[in-house]
Amino acid sequence: MLFLPEEVNFCFMNYLAQIGSYFLMLREVFKKPTKWRIMKTLILKEIDELVYSSLGIIIFISFFIGAVVTIQTALNLNNPLIPKNLIAFATRQSVILEFAPTFVSIIMAGKVGSYITSSIGTMRVTEQIDALEVMGVNALNYLVFPKIIAMLFYPFAIAIAMYVGIFGGWLAGVFGGFLTNADFVTGLTLDFIPFHIAYAFIKTLLFAIVIATVPAFHGFYMKGGALEVGKASTTAFVWTSVVIIILNYILTQLLLG
Amino acid sequence: MIEVKDIHKSFGEAHILKGITTTFEKGKTNLVIGQSGSGKTVFLKCLLGLFSPEVGDIVYDDKVYANLSGDEQRDLRQEMGMVFQGSALFDSLTVAGNVQFPLEMFTKQSKSEMQDRVDTVLKRVNLIDAHHKFPSEISGGMQKRVAIARAIVMNPKYLFCDEPNSGLDPKTAILIDNLIKEITEEYHIVTIINTHDMNSVMQIGEKILFLKNGLKEWEGTKHEIFKTDNEAVTGFVYSSDLFKKVRQMYIEERN
Ligand SMILES: Nc1ncnc2c1ncn2[C@@H]1O[C@H](COP(=O)(O)OP(=O)(O)OP(=O)(O)O)[C@@H](O)[C@H]1O
Ligand SMILES: [Mg+2]
Repeated sequence: MLFLPEEVNFCFMNYLAQIGSYFLMLREVFKKPTKWRIMKTLILKEIDELVYSSLGIIIFISFFIGAVVTIQTALNLNNPLIPKNLIAFATRQSVILEFAPTFVSIIMAGKVGSYITSSIGTMRVTEQIDALEVMGVNALNYLVFPKIIAMLFYPFAIAIAMYVGIFGGWLAGVFGGFLTNADFVTGLTLDFIPFHIAYAFIKTLLFAIVIATVPAFHGFYMKGGALEVGKASTTAFVWTSVVIIILNYILTQLLLG
Repeated sequence: MIEVKDIHKSFGEAHILKGITTTFEKGKTNLVIGQSGSGKTVFLKCLLGLFSPEVGDIVYDDKVYANLSGDEQRDLRQEMGMVFQGSALFDSLTVAGNVQFPLEMFTKQSKSEMQDRVDTVLKRVNLIDAHHKFPSEISGGMQKRVAIARAIVMNPKYLFCDEPNSGLDPKTAILIDNLIKEITEEYHIVTIINTHDMNSVMQIGEKILFLKNGLKEWEGTKHEIFKTDNEAVTGFVYSSDLFKKVRQMYIEERN
């Protein structure tokens, strides 16, 4: 680090230290587990809170994104030599590969992530986390583990997002008069590579873990009062998005490149 | 018994505790007093193991905290009860849920056994009616009492209270003080209370530790505090005219 100016160097080391403590946190999450009887209820509650209650917004977004992608593609493919069914092909590819897994995950980083940071951060500020620790509870396991497990159900939500996105595309394409139903179905099945689905779900699963843990990290280790809870939520959202975007790039290069 | 041996605690540059040595005995209400910012909360959190002092040892009935493994420390903490300065009740649980929480976590009791125990301690703090309310729906004094109930539900060996009666009216404050004293004697536990309430000092100060700038400035009983010549103590304790008069009368009565 000798060639870096001192301030940059400090910032850099600071990030490294943060990343280190993030992984130390992850290790702690799996130690001294909470009784299963209690954990079970916590997990069910988090599935409801994190995944089930997000379905509405996920469906809403996917539907319109699918529709818009179809219309945009249709408007840009006005060369009569290009078959119309490519519109459906493009919709399928973009919804399955990027819009459903990545775009929706960024939205969830905002919705679910800010909920996680603010709920854990409030517990930190009001000493509820100290109260857990004093009782001898592993607070990280108690608070973060159920969120990680609940987010393992997140890929189901993304499967729905893919379906609804393509449905939105179909509706906009066929009823908007851009292509026929037959063309759409042909395009949808054109050059279908099953591994793309696997790729999309591998991504989603990793994003799910990021969405559960990065905001939890920012909430758990925050300092200060109510104002800082708000700031921590914002920082958590920025970092969750950054991690998702970078991870998306790396995974795409590794799995498809 | 808790023995504190020369503990030091800093946050970055700020040296908060500068070597405190003392002992706290069973069955007695031990008070830690001192100005706001003198380090009372930090001292208590060191005793609880929430902060680890850089120097010094804390010994709980022959167990040196720093020498225990992580799991042993957690086991030891299950024998501690803590009432936080801001109560620190779990917002997502009802009053009964909060009190029942440690039982659910650490015992194998059946539902009805737990409910019986919860009812017993809630009766003890006079809160049996608030059973199904959430912390946000009850007053600050009630929250403090729920916090006390939660702290004693597991029959702790060590009870720590950080300003259990700050922000309460004098009557409720005395009720809480007496409650803590009764519990301490009844279960013969080590109780340590942080306070800057002089009423508490006079009411339940069986042992008083006076902290100033992170050092032990004085220690003694509530009877001794009347007689002491230590200016820091008299300046702190008798800062109000009322207490100055009380002290005057006490000394005259003695003579
Ligand atoms: N987590 C922390 N990080 C940094 N400094 C801290 C921390 N906790 C406390 N301090 C500092 O330690 C000093 C003592 O604080 P402490 O909370 O122990 O005071 P106190 O005696 O409990 O005061 P009060 O009666 O107002 O509750 C303060 O100057 C505070 O700024
Ligand atoms: Mg304090």
